Amino acid sequence: MTILLAVFLLTMLVITAVAIVRTRDLFAAVMLLGIFSLLMAANFFVLDAADVALTEAAVGAGISTVLFLGALALTAARERESGDSRWLPLVVVVIMAATVVYATFDKPALGDPNAPVHQHVAPWYLSETPRLIDIPNVVTAVLGSYRGYDTLGEVFVVFTAGIAVLFLLGSGRPGELFSRPPDELSTGGLKHHLIPRVVGKLLIPFIILFGLYVQFHGEYGPGGGFQAGAIIAAGVILYALLEGETRALAALPESALKVMVIGGALLYTLVGVVCMLMGGNFLDYSVLSTNSVAGQQLGIILIEAGVGLAVTGVLLSIFHAFAARATA
Amino acid sequence: MFITVSIAILVTMALAIIRALRGPSIYDRILAVNMFGTKTVLLVSVVAFLFGRPDFLDLALAYALINFIGVLAVLEFFQSRSLRRELGAAQQRDSL
Amino acid sequence: MSLFLDLGSWVLFGIGSLLLFIGALGVLRLPTLFTRMHAASLTESLGTIAVLTGIMLQAGLTLATMKLLAILLFLLLTSPTSSYALANAALLARNRDQTREQADRK
Repeated sequence: MTILLAVFLLTMLVITAVAIVRTRDLFAAVMLLGIFSLLMAANFFVLDAADVALTEAAVGAGISTVLFLGALALTAARERESGDSRWLPLVVVVIMAATVVYATFDKPALGDPNAPVHQHVAPWYLSETPRLIDIPNVVTAVLGSYRGYDTLGEVFVVFTAGIAVLFLLGSGRPGELFSRPPDELSTGGLKHHLIPRVVGKLLIPFIILFGLYVQFHGEYGPGGGFQAGAIIAAGVILYALLEGETRALAALPESALKVMVIGGALLYTLVGVVCMLMGGNFLDYSVLSTNSVAGQQLGIILIEAGVGLAVTGVLLSIFHAFAARATA
Repeated sequence: MFITVSIAILVTMALAIIRALRGPSIYDRILAVNMFGTKTVLLVSVVAFLFGRPDFLDLALAYALINFIGVLAVLEFFQSRSLRRELGAAQQRDSL
Repeated sequence: MSLFLDLGSWVLFGIGSLLLFIGALGVLRLPTLFTRMHAASLTESLGTIAVLTGIMLQAGLTLATMKLLAILLFLLLTSPTSSYALANAALLARNRDQTREQADRK
């Protein structure tokens, strides 16, 4: 059943991907990318990777569409025809694809218990997590503790990406993402948006609440800082869409976003440094408390909070940067 | 019985993709994406029970809450763009 | 007891699947945007209710049922809203096109 579902979803995924590449209408491409993301999340879900699926859902459903549209507002709506010959790229791609397909023949079958990935460290993670960290979601344990160093790297990748976008787009004056001409603002538009405004405002507290749940329930169910950050950012973006950028920035000003981005990344690093000062290795949370299990749990909660802060801050900064640029 | 429903939802999703590919207008595509989002929520809920993992329902909850933002953003985008275009055309007429 | 629950689930799943499929057919086959929109939004609400209630009957009184209730509530709030916003935007765009045509004709 898993195989059937996965094959069906992957087939639709391939069709959508080909359509995205073929279309010249960039707006249609953005819409199809929305479908692509939904299919991808469903696929991850079918393969039992709920944490990854939740990330894809949190980012793909709202934020990436909004950011793509923000980019579209800055460029043309159609892709330009390129006159170059496409044969050489096609040959390269075909050779690469054939190599990758050939390489998959050596891969063990899906779910094969003798596959190296199930023999190497995975059994150790599964058997030792209850004793060492004592949380039900092993993914969070791997992400936060065993592989804490890699996750720190990811946070800094997000951090760097945010800084890079801010450098490129420059955060000038605040502006509306999809600006209306001023005289239309008083007459048209908003009056017709009464129902979305009421429903949207009703949903915002639930979105933020759900984000906090994902943040703090990550040790027990699917979730964690990355997903929670994206969901909370989506809630604030919804507010910005309904009420305008100025009011969203009044609620959560750019200076606060900067504090969140830098503070989140710093919090993560500081936890590691404190571990070293208390006599352990970098990011070895066992020393944080007298009881090593409690120390591990405390460490994971702290670094997840850092991740959540940094991701929310970066996503919202990028959103505001696009908005400021679209108005200028 | 969960299998029957999931097959029905998958077929619905496939038909929605055809509509999204065909267009013809932008609004048809938005309609298809919106429909696809709701169907994904249903598929995830059904599959969570098909595989006996009801704690994975969080994903469906996330989609139910967030999907709406994308659609709203698209509509805002088009209304503001056509308004701006309108204004540009009006200015051109005035200057002529 | 569980027989009745199963029976109820079957009936609800049947209704839900049928409605979803009819809605999808309508979206694919009907001639204009607004007819397609009506096919999608009308069937979607009842289909969603049927399918999610069917799952709830299987889940019993658990945390999962509460989550399903929340999902149902949010879907019932958001999907008509987005349908409304979509229809509204499409209608406004069409009206604008018409007035522009009239202005051009003058």
